[in-house]
Amino acid sequence: MKKESGGSALIRALADENVDLLFGYPGGAALHIYDAIYQQDKVQHILVRHEQAAVHAADGYARATGKVGTVLVTSGPGATNAITGIATAYMDSIPLVVISGQVASHLIGTDAFQETDMMGISRPIVKHSFLIQSPEEIPEVVKKAFIIAKTGKPGPVVIDVPKDMTDPNHLFDYQYPKEIKMRSYSAPSEVEESHIEEAVSLLENAKKPVLYAGGGIIQGNASEELMKLANIINAPVTNTLMGLGAFPASHNNFIGMLGMHGTYEANMAMHESDLIFALGSRFDDRTTNNPQKYSLNAKKIHLDCDYGSIEKIINVDVSLNGDAKKILNQILKKIDPKNIDKASIELWNKEIQNWRETHGLNHDLLDKKFHQKQILPQQVIQSLYKSTNGKAFITSDVGQHQMFAAQYYKFDEPRKWINSGGLGTMGFGLPSAMGVKFAYPDEDVVCVTGEGSIQMCIQELSTCMQYGLPVKIINLNNRALGMVKQWQDMQYGGRYSSILYEDSLPDFVKLAESYGHVGMKVEDISELEERMDECISMKDKLVFMDVYVDPEEHVYPMLEAGGNMSEMRVSKTKKTF
Amino acid sequence: MSHISILMENQPGALSRVVGLFSQRGYNIDSLSVAPTNDSSLSRLTMVVKEEESVISQILKQLNKVIDVVEVQNLSDVECVSLEIAIVKLKITEEEAKRIIDNAFPVIGEIINHKDKFVMIKVTGSNHEVDDFLLSLNKQNFLEVTRSGLLGMGTGENFLISESETTIEY
Repeated sequence: MKKESGGSALIRALADENVDLLFGYPGGAALHIYDAIYQQDKVQHILVRHEQAAVHAADGYARATGKVGTVLVTSGPGATNAITGIATAYMDSIPLVVISGQVASHLIGTDAFQETDMMGISRPIVKHSFLIQSPEEIPEVVKKAFIIAKTGKPGPVVIDVPKDMTDPNHLFDYQYPKEIKMRSYSAPSEVEESHIEEAVSLLENAKKPVLYAGGGIIQGNASEELMKLANIINAPVTNTLMGLGAFPASHNNFIGMLGMHGTYEANMAMHESDLIFALGSRFDDRTTNNPQKYSLNAKKIHLDCDYGSIEKIINVDVSLNGDAKKILNQILKKIDPKNIDKASIELWNKEIQNWRETHGLNHDLLDKKFHQKQILPQQVIQSLYKSTNGKAFITSDVGQHQMFAAQYYKFDEPRKWINSGGLGTMGFGLPSAMGVKFAYPDEDVVCVTGEGSIQMCIQELSTCMQYGLPVKIINLNNRALGMVKQWQDMQYGGRYSSILYEDSLPDFVKLAESYGHVGMKVEDISELEERMDECISMKDKLVFMDVYVDPEEHVYPMLEAGGNMSEMRVSKTKKTF
Repeated sequence: MSHISILMENQPGALSRVVGLFSQRGYNIDSLSVAPTNDSSLSRLTMVVKEEESVISQILKQLNKVIDVVEVQNLSDVECVSLEIAIVKLKITEEEAKRIIDNAFPVIGEIINHKDKFVMIKVTGSNHEVDDFLLSLNKQNFLEVTRSGLLGMGTGENFLISESETTIEY
């Protein structure tokens, strides 16, 4: 049995967890660990340019692959820089293990150089955290951290490692545990058969059902089962922002994303429904509008792996707490197609079709060469969709471009749409695209961003050069913080407080070139599609495509604050209420 | 109002996870007491929470999700005994203190210290009884009070038992 130090045991434990990539940034408290990394070749360390990006990259990797993303940072500023990334993963339930160096045990609490209370500062945004108290416990803690991160409702786990715990001179026998005991953590219990029966009975009797699927279906790998259920009932399906791809957008039963900027037909369907089946979605405030006025005529079934999410916002008639795939299979076994009111559901689908025809999204903007002086951001997404055949991994930042991508790129597969839905973290797009590209080097990986967001982690262009990551960056450049501007237009009388850059934007083409990448600028709709094809076809180059889009464009539909799900603005001049 | 018993790992940071949950999610704690149990690896925490029933149900769920929390019991749902202990310091004579104790029913009082011009009395009762007793004291002589918070335990077979350890293999 080879002896290990705490530092080498930590890296060996990661290798035993089949970790191939560790995103991080070195520093004093983590140096023993970095020396251990140098002396092995199983775990590859990826040096980013800022710790926030390390966490987002691991996060993107985790979202695209379903595996646990792994991060290593140093103490103090390394740890605090990681916080935004950890909070992002926490809000979207992404499995991560974040290892932070810490000052030596005897210095903790003395305000030592680069000391920060990582356990304290990360507590509200982690699923769990560990402070290593003896080097010998490292293998077991790593094992526990991975189990906690990926089981149940996934989430980030922090392991804080004081420097003396990784002392290369303190050696011990290493053994990676095959199993571990945790009396305070257990898998969710089985759903009672009676709950399944109640759910089936509601589904069989519904005349206006909606399947409302979220990120839990993607995390729970239950897309196939969702598809079977939708086909049996012929039920309309809407996906949340986090759930895009859980149900294929090109399927006839798909009615688009719901919520704040959801489609008119999806929000109307939620409002008029008589049965909402929430699957791995959590009635987030962006999808319910005012909970007091939320879909009052609908019975509700809620399937979620987190019992804390059930009846947190909306009371439900049937709760199904547990694994989505398993529960859906139980339902599929019980449900009898003969009992479904096919005629009523046919009428219901027609009603939804009518809504779509009234105020649905215009998917012809590009094909009909809808010309105005400036390129519309929606046209850019449509062009991207065409050039990538709808098959790319799309990451995004936060703002108008995110919503346009969510509305107009039709995701047919789970794990292809990677965005910060819960926390809404600007700066997420580029580093998460790096994580995806590491996992899928042969696939198209595109970061849809804006000139505001991209500048929050732009330093990662350097990381992309170092590791040869030919991601594509589509920058919807509207010369302003667009989503804030939209709100200021709508609610603050067009008083543009702090959203303009006053000619201080960089020349993104030159900027990309200075990092050794390809830069492009597109201002004319007539050259958009050709340049997009050119951009996507450069398989071994990072291309930064700076597209000037109409700065006056707003994202619609938009739910009216405080209203119900049918109260929307559908354009600058039209309201439904 | 709900009276909640929690069994949790006796580990550094465990208490802050539980207490942090309350501030993080905007729940109010009325009283809190915590100490190790007969199993030294576990701490028992008893708290009184003044929130509506729907909020209490969320609190119980969220508490159960905290990894260091082993078991949660809503004492308000079971038959239980509960009591609170308070120590008060009064600037009175021992004679006066004895008179206060004689009239203290339903709380049970006892003089536990007498030094210089000050007397310390320990009283035991339900939290409302202790409230009433404290209100009955003359404000001018009443110098200090410390309260244990409401303690409680289910009667008979209403145990707060830790589940057997879950072995996870994968």
